[in-house]
Amino acid sequence: MYVYKCISIYSPPSPSLSSLSDHHNRRLPCVPLSESNPVVHLRQTRKRRGSFVVSLSATMSACKDQDPRIHGIKTKIRVVPNFPKPVFVFCACLLMVGMAGIMFQDITTLLLDPKAFKDTIDLFVERYKGKNISVVAGIEARGFIFGPPIALAIGAKFVPLRKPRKLPGEVISEEYILEYGRDCLEMHVGAVEPGDRALVVDDLIATGGTLCAAMNLLERVGAEVVECACVIELPDLKGRDRLNGKPLYILVEYH
Amino acid sequence: MEKKREMFAGENGLQGDPRLKAISEAIRVVPHFPKQGIMFQDITTLLLDHKAFKDTVDIFVDRYRDMGISVVAGVEARGFMFGPSIALAIGAKFVPLRKPKKLPGEVISEAYVLEYGTDRLEMHVGAVQPGERALVIDDLIATGGTLCAAIKLLERVGAEVVECACVIGLPEAKGQCRLNGKPLYILVEPRK
Repeated sequence: MYVYKCISIYSPPSPSLSSLSDHHNRRLPCVPLSESNPVVHLRQTRKRRGSFVVSLSATMSACKDQDPRIHGIKTKIRVVPNFPKPVFVFCACLLMVGMAGIMFQDITTLLLDPKAFKDTIDLFVERYKGKNISVVAGIEARGFIFGPPIALAIGAKFVPLRKPRKLPGEVISEEYILEYGRDCLEMHVGAVEPGDRALVVDDLIATGGTLCAAMNLLERVGAEVVECACVIELPDLKGRDRLNGKPLYILVEYH
Repeated sequence: MEKKREMFAGENGLQGDPRLKAISEAIRVVPHFPKQGIMFQDITTLLLDHKAFKDTVDIFVDRYRDMGISVVAGVEARGFMFGPSIALAIGAKFVPLRKPKKLPGEVISEAYVLEYGTDRLEMHVGAVQPGERALVIDDLIATGGTLCAAIKLLERVGAEVVECACVIGLPEAKGQCRLNGKPLYILVEPRK
């Protein structure tokens, strides 16, 4: 009986920024949702106070739509093995000890390409402009890179959701579970008001714990979370299932 | 002394610009944070005011769009809230300068002095090339220690730091001596 599956017993060196294009030539292509997971995540179409119908597409991934900008974005994201640390796994059956890499999805290389970075923001702005979103909440710290440009472009306020003790003044706090232990996300009291329509932004969704805490903070003050938006999803970790049925929009997937 | 005042936008091309007053008034002061005696300048209320936030970014963009800047380096974490929008508008890349062990892969590191102890700022190897013209951005400058470390990181890889830009400049910043002579551009003074 396996305790863990042995993934690899060799850790390749981190790709340097100059070898980025070589590295990504070896990557698997983005697998559309309909091929990898036959379950289509449907979302109800809602009418908001008679003014307009919010109807976000049933396919949650721009990847599936194959927008021509997606390929450029995906190739700019660098995968760094064994960050933040290597994980030692033990295969009881094979009696082997090996090193499984945590394959870290590094978006900083995307930020180095002005066109790809702009395309990333444009894809989100095109989706959310005109949807009456009044607040964009970004999760510390990489959510601070994508959230504000989106907020500015769609006319929304930006609210940072931060680790404990960073925000001055009165805050509300939401605890969430990590693999080992707990962490906490905070939001300023008064930043978001009842009835605000909110978008939650982060660079990546993994298990969904952080996004779930973010949504809880917003809902606790009476806001409506319209959608969660991330550049990257790791669908194998099923973070989408932790969003209490809230829709998730992502640009690229990594399996 | 006249030269040092030019680092404030209100004395440097934006005399009487009503946007500066609105930006200043959108900033909240939180007394005794993170400890007794410090009047913390909280820019999160600026981010809640769409027009004032947009004006902040626009003022920086107008200043830097024709300076041939290819890199905007933002200091974690509040520099991340302003830097990317500026970078996008002027066609520059954005480089995050982070606390230790946050950036994956190979980094260079620069120590700087805090009131008690030291801290480090890190930048990715390969993110910035020799000869690039860089802008450093943060929400606030106090002693200049962090910005100084940021300048050093960029210069160590051969970039030229064109200017350091902050929304707020504390009185200590007027000394400027810890920025190694690099020009400093500040929008507003702290609120009382």
